[in-house]
Amino acid sequence: MTAVAARYEEFKKLGVEVFSMSVDSVFSHKIWQEEELSKMIEGGVPYPMLSDAGGKVGRIYGVYDEDAGVNVRGRFIMDPDGVIQAMEVLTPPVGRNVGETIRQVQAFQHVRETGEVMPSGWTPGKPTLKPGPELAGKVWKVWKP
Amino acid sequence: MAEEGIGCGRPTGAVVGESVSEEHTNKEEIKKKEVGTMIQIGKKAPDFTAPAFYEGTFKKIKLSDYLGKWVLLCFYPGDFTFV
Repeated sequence: MTAVAARYEEFKKLGVEVFSMSVDSVFSHKIWQEEELSKMIEGGVPYPMLSDAGGKVGRIYGVYDEDAGVNVRGRFIMDPDGVIQAMEVLTPPVGRNVGETIRQVQAFQHVRETGEVMPSGWTPGKPTLKPGPELAGKVWKVWKP
Repeated sequence: MAEEGIGCGRPTGAVVGESVSEEHTNKEEIKKKEVGTMIQIGKKAPDFTAPAFYEGTFKKIKLSDYLGKWVLLCFYPGDFTFV
């Protein structure tokens, strides 16, 4: 939550709208923001904190844990057409790596702009691959793990 | 993003950018669809509306209002947890 907030400027530069969502009420979000989050990060969490009472939304996104009654850590990247390009779901004890989320957004934006594809571990500036008949069986010439 | 009374988060029964089809306007069917619909990468995201706390006020957010933008949606277990 605050990890994403701390790098919010980067998401903004990439043109990404960020939303968080839990089964807590908006009243709980407000108090959490005022009492704790705003003390962890200056100004508090800068994006909308959504409430999913009963996990109705979490359920269709496949992240609602019926036994615990909460949404687990599911993270979805959607493109401007509303298509889900990436998802990552973690059980509660382990937090996300925000840097990896940013890298994936950059990679998916690059694909959308250029049609090029990104090999494993790509970061901006690194070589990309141009899919086509001439590349088939020849990836080894241009890329190694 | 209208400021309004507190509703509750709910899926609209459609994917973003499409309206709910005729056969799903019946409430019972929407309920079945809510349980049945699962997401898939490379496919459109299920649309939803949800109340939100944002910039000190309560707003209603609809995912499909953000078509044309990249969206990062993060679920987490609960407020006041530690990770």
